Amino acid sequence: MAIAAPSKVMTNVEAVRATLYDALKRDDRVLILGEDVGNRGNVFLITKGFIEEFGAERVIDTPIAEASIVGVAVGMAMEGLRPIAEIQFADFIYPAFNQIVGEAAKIRYRSNGEYTCPMVIRTPYGGGVRGALSHSISVEALFYHVPGLKIVAPSTPRDIKGLLNTAIEDPDPVMFLEHKRTYRLIKDEVPDEYFTIPLGKANVLKEGSALTVVSYGLNAHQALEAAQRLEGEGLSVEVIDLRSIRPMDRKAILDSLRKTHKLLVIHEDNKFGGIGAEISAMVAEEALFELDAPIRRLCGPDVPAMGYALPLEEEFMISTDRMAEVMREMVKY
Amino acid sequence: MPTTITMPQLGETVTEGTVAQWLKKPGDNVEKYESFVEVSTDKVNAEVPSPVTGRLSQLLVKEGETVATGTPIAIIDEGEALTEGSAPEQAHPQPEAPPSPPPQATVEHPQTTAASAGNGAAYVRDGAAALRGASPAVRRLAREHHIDITTLRGSGQNGRVTVDDVMAAARMGPAAAVGQAVAASVTPAQVPPPQAPPAQAPAAAQAPTHPPTTETSTYAAPIPGTIVPLNQARRIIAQRMVESKHNAPHAWSMVEVDVTNLWKWRQREKEAFQRAHGYSLTLLPFFIRAVVESIADFPLMNARFTDEGIYVHPDVNIGIAIGLPTNLVVPVIKHADKLSIRGLAIVAGQLIEKARNNKLNVDDLGGGTFTVNNNGANGSYASAPIINGGQAGIVTMEAVVRKPVVLENDAIAIRSMMNCCLSLDHRVVDGYVASGYLADLKKRLEGMGPDGSL
Repeated sequence: MAIAAPSKVMTNVEAVRATLYDALKRDDRVLILGEDVGNRGNVFLITKGFIEEFGAERVIDTPIAEASIVGVAVGMAMEGLRPIAEIQFADFIYPAFNQIVGEAAKIRYRSNGEYTCPMVIRTPYGGGVRGALSHSISVEALFYHVPGLKIVAPSTPRDIKGLLNTAIEDPDPVMFLEHKRTYRLIKDEVPDEYFTIPLGKANVLKEGSALTVVSYGLNAHQALEAAQRLEGEGLSVEVIDLRSIRPMDRKAILDSLRKTHKLLVIHEDNKFGGIGAEISAMVAEEALFELDAPIRRLCGPDVPAMGYALPLEEEFMISTDRMAEVMREMVKY
Repeated sequence: MPTTITMPQLGETVTEGTVAQWLKKPGDNVEKYESFVEVSTDKVNAEVPSPVTGRLSQLLVKEGETVATGTPIAIIDEGEALTEGSAPEQAHPQPEAPPSPPPQATVEHPQTTAASAGNGAAYVRDGAAALRGASPAVRRLAREHHIDITTLRGSGQNGRVTVDDVMAAARMGPAAAVGQAVAASVTPAQVPPPQAPPAQAPAAAQAPTHPPTTETSTYAAPIPGTIVPLNQARRIIAQRMVESKHNAPHAWSMVEVDVTNLWKWRQREKEAFQRAHGYSLTLLPFFIRAVVESIADFPLMNARFTDEGIYVHPDVNIGIAIGLPTNLVVPVIKHADKLSIRGLAIVAGQLIEKARNNKLNVDDLGGGTFTVNNNGANGSYASAPIINGGQAGIVTMEAVVRKPVVLENDAIAIRSMMNCCLSLDHRVVDGYVASGYLADLKKRLEGMGPDGSL
């Protein structure tokens, strides 16, 4: 009998903190820069105490200037460091768009491989915390169009540790999206030892035979809960947590679809041109003749932002009840 | 939610059906699986069970009317109980309904579509709609398993045919798929009018050469100077006969058979058989026995002509032609070569009884490889039968006649004589084989009786 590896139960936010701490400890090239990451220890207290232990040169408080946070990190990465740039909230990432899309994503290509940009851009995203207009947005679809960027959106503490470790080691820029509603909501065992999870590998949260549900982040947890409810009704739904948006685990989606013949994509990000659009198109190209029902997407509405008023926020966020309802419809279709 | 019921396809080659009788009136409640209409198709009458529980709201086809399979014939309001004051809609097509537009490929919000379909339109499934509503996976699997989607009962939403339905049908095999054929599903679309609006169908102009009639001229009571409308069976018989005569060059031959001893044998067994089994013992089972024994020696008589070559059937399934007042039916004794005379007599008795009660089903009628026609009952002495399409021959039993015969020793005796006439597909066999077959058949029949056991 194998001896269980030592592990700790931690929340998502504790997993981020622990992984960053280990990275700073393990690798001198790793450093963190962002707004309030130093003396304030990050708004979610992720880096609390880091500046005292690792010093102001490796835990850098920056001005409120996202373009410079990413731009400085790009330069550090090109010169051999492993910067982890933090955008305090994903809603604030727009000023850094050029540095991410125009610079970081293209370094390897424009230098013909002479330079690479091994950096991580961490940012909390998503709603459900009454964050209103500027603390709720999902940004994955704004960046997943861009070749040269990798985008990760883990949903569990274990995945956060494994994927963040991989992202730090990756030779190219990785955007690491943390759903802030899951920060203290999700709690699970995380092995103490160092481990990595490869980018581009989805995780089947629950096996099922009548419908494939693809999601990520907070929605993946809700989808799992909805699917478990349906299991009680005798309806068998498979739930896939993408974990990595780009590269995307197409094989996992197609393999599942070949079994269930029906596909539902759930994401909080806006529907139009969202991740579900890419998955739908990919399935239409690769597996049209496996489909026994129209693909459906359960997504955030196409409105400019999430309202502060609770009913508006609830309208934007996809409820678990709604997920169960749509799953039921699709299984019975 | 209205569910449109379409003319089922009661057989692989069946293309249309006639509403023989409505077993329910508009407004009647119908249970799922309860028969609500009797449909007559190619020689078969079948009661069609309802795919849903609900209230029969509209009859789209009149009794006696023949429509293509897949054509909507009725609408059942699913799950709707009969309430007072909710008078059922009249059983009329809506002439103003435009031709059905292609339905949307997706039904993302069934509730919404149902609501928006309320204005004169309804959920409809005709054969074409069933195909349009079929998902890519269903189409692919149906193609791979040679299954006709329109014959399947859908278990999905609104009766949609699902992947599981196709796979279940594939596991049952094509025959079973046809057997459970009750197309019943729903796709959002407008109700296509079962008949074209008058303006588009100048029926009067199309039939100017025949005088108009007020009385209905029928096959049973034809009125001179009128047209007897073709029922499904008559139409199919006409088509099959023309096809067979056109495709198979018929040749004909006859032998005279001394059935004196056979007759005696049959007379001796008759009463006991009737008592034991309830069917009368005719010469037919003896004759079929001889026919299949001869086929064993002349397998080419149990074959069909194809462009690739002559396909010799592995089974010997003997069709027996049975005349009914309105039409001919040819039920089939499967594996007739495996049955004793007694077994043949019982199976033939059952089939004849079913034929007379109009209870033959598709399975009873399919799969024949050679046909026997007991033509002599009314005194026919010789006949030239038309081959059942796809077979190599048909043989008749003509009337048994007592007459003076010159025996081998030159004596003259009164014997029971019967002519056997053979029509053969000359593409499959020539006279050499056919006459050899007839001679063999004659020898076997003459060797039967006066003793023997059934």
